[in-house]
Amino acid sequence: MTGLAFLIPVALLMGLAGLWAFFWALRSGQFEDLDGAAARILIEEEGES
Amino acid sequence: MATQPQTAHARQTTVLVVPGMHCASCMGKVERGLTALAGVESARVNLSARQVSVIHDPALHEPDLVAALERIGFPSQPRGQDLAPPASAVKPLLAPLAVAGFACMNVMLLSVSVWSGAGGATRDLFHWLSAGIGIPAILYAGRVFFASAWSALKHGRTNMDVPISIGVILATGLSFYETLTHGAEAWFDGTLMLLLFLLAGRVLDAMMRDRARAGVDALLRQAATGAMVVSKDGTLQWLKARDLLPGMVIRVSAGERLAADGMLLTGETRLDRSLLTGESAPVSARAGDALHAGMLNLDTPVDVQVTAAGADTTLAEIARLMEAAGQHRSAYVRIADRASRLYAPAVHTLAAASFVGWMLAGAGVYHALVIAISVLIITCPCALGLAVPVAQVVAASALMRGGVMVKDGGALERIARVDTALLDKTGTLTLGRPMPDGAVLDGLPEDAAQVALALASHSRHPLSRALVEALTVRGVKAAELTDVAEVPGEGMRALWQGQRVALRRPDGAAASRGMVCVLDIDSRPAWLIAFADRLRPDYQRAIHWLRDLSISAQILSGDRGQSVVDVACATGLFARAGMSPEGKQQAIAMLHAAGHRVLMAGDGLNDGPALAAADASIAPGSASDVGRQAADFVFMGDSLLALPRAVAGARATMRVVRQNFALAIGYNVLAVPLAIFGYVTPLVAAIAMSTSSLIVIGNSLRLALPARWNREEAA
Repeated sequence: MTGLAFLIPVALLMGLAGLWAFFWALRSGQFEDLDGAAARILIEEEGES
Repeated sequence: MATQPQTAHARQTTVLVVPGMHCASCMGKVERGLTALAGVESARVNLSARQVSVIHDPALHEPDLVAALERIGFPSQPRGQDLAPPASAVKPLLAPLAVAGFACMNVMLLSVSVWSGAGGATRDLFHWLSAGIGIPAILYAGRVFFASAWSALKHGRTNMDVPISIGVILATGLSFYETLTHGAEAWFDGTLMLLLFLLAGRVLDAMMRDRARAGVDALLRQAATGAMVVSKDGTLQWLKARDLLPGMVIRVSAGERLAADGMLLTGETRLDRSLLTGESAPVSARAGDALHAGMLNLDTPVDVQVTAAGADTTLAEIARLMEAAGQHRSAYVRIADRASRLYAPAVHTLAAASFVGWMLAGAGVYHALVIAISVLIITCPCALGLAVPVAQVVAASALMRGGVMVKDGGALERIARVDTALLDKTGTLTLGRPMPDGAVLDGLPEDAAQVALALASHSRHPLSRALVEALTVRGVKAAELTDVAEVPGEGMRALWQGQRVALRRPDGAAASRGMVCVLDIDSRPAWLIAFADRLRPDYQRAIHWLRDLSISAQILSGDRGQSVVDVACATGLFARAGMSPEGKQQAIAMLHAAGHRVLMAGDGLNDGPALAAADASIAPGSASDVGRQAADFVFMGDSLLALPRAVAGARATMRVVRQNFALAIGYNVLAVPLAIFGYVTPLVAAIAMSTSSLIVIGNSLRLALPARWNREEAA
């Protein structure tokens, strides 16, 4: 039972962290251009950056 | 227009719509091409919306940006500000989906321990934890369904969301009661999983609509056309079409479309009115002639006095016809709605019957209620809710890769049933733009071709642009020219290696012989390059394919005379010429009366009413705004194969949808008796539900394979 008292909060916290991360991504516009994000990885960078 | 002043030290953001972007290399080219321009700070592409937002110096104007994109081969338009990007249908569903997913996984974790034998205080603790996570999550994620069910009930109707809401609320209530009374089974996991799968279906459905709309909107959102207004003191000002007033004088350059009806004041020119009437031969106009909005000026810049603008133009009449024509189509009921009309009452009856049955058989209220709820949950249309949207999303993406954009799922259902196709001639069967004679181009010596390309690339005249396109395709490189000058109404002149060269309109007798231009190089004889509107590539294969799909095709053309006969002979199709917009609409009404289902393919304003009246309609990407707005499908590129491909894709989709229904209903037929007789535990319900949903998704994904319905990809 002591194991549970420790593990359950950990599991819940990790789940919540994932949920929070998703909401952050949603708010910061990461889902605005899904097609573009998929294609952007293929663009070759040139010169700067 | 779409510019917003940013900070005081002068930075401007301009959003341009670039319909031609569709891959990573296009994105790279557009972004690099724009950033290379002096005065541009940054450019960022949004591929889903086919837009690029540019932050730049205000000294740089929209036309400069458009010209820069044009040079690297991407036609673009500033985005009209009044047409802000439409609200996404997916976004409000993502948060509920995420919450349902999070809660479902955590509750499932706890439930598995209960199922594998946790008892006593541990089980109670787990049930309480599940309730703590589950109830808020169910309330949050279920709002989508509760709201829709409530609005249906308020209007005395029922929809798929009513049994879902009742099942979810009852199951949550019962589970909470079980938790309070230290019961053995709680249903939080099953309820959450139900919500998760249903939300996934909704998200896919919304994604389908969004994606289709983003693509089509990129075309529709192109800024309203405008005109350069000449004021009395000679200053020039660009005004949008809707700000034009009768009495204003507008200057229309060669290659520009008229934004309003008007009267030609000065000069003499030829105009292409194929968008209005379908007639392909240019008409000449001289001072005093009446011109209509939508005509394309071919030759010389002219001044036109506006006689009617906005709602008074010829377009308004066509818009009225279209409004009336759309009614036939709105009577169509989508297959998912038809299914839910049958399904919702059946589910309620079944659940009520099992409750009554168990009561009569002597079980307690509690026991009977548990059975009734498990029936409600197990019949809840998880797989059924996914059956249509998943198939349509997958098919629409596959079609989009093939260059056909689908406006909504209903269009796929309607086009699958057509048996007659009516094709417009100009712009639909043909390319709708002049193409240079290939034989002449092949006969040009290499240096002459290089000179022609260099000269043409300096002009915006439609013939020059067609010439540039054709020569570029042939791999010709432009020659170095000096002293390039454009003489309005005449052509281009320049110096090449000390020789005078020109690309000009022919003089004398040749001038009257349709669309021809002359290439002069000082010492050599002149070349005549003839232009004509050509049939789209692959038209023969497309017509064969349509025939194989047992669709009979006919030509309905607004054009008269020889050009219709030529096209009819080349295609071997029955053709009717000289059709007015009303005439096309009536032709469709007659086919409807004879029991046919009609696919209309057209591009012009004159096709608008017919596009709206037909059971399904398709327009090329080069069509008029009206044409694209009225059509269900828009195809990119020149090939006519898009037409049969859309029909074949839609038919394949409907086959998969029917299979999905069979799978989902088959699952219910197996699971419902078990539920009615009380053999279903939460574990069985959870497994059965997810399996049937996954099978339906897997079946739909087959549509993405290089499929048999897509001959070209399969071959």
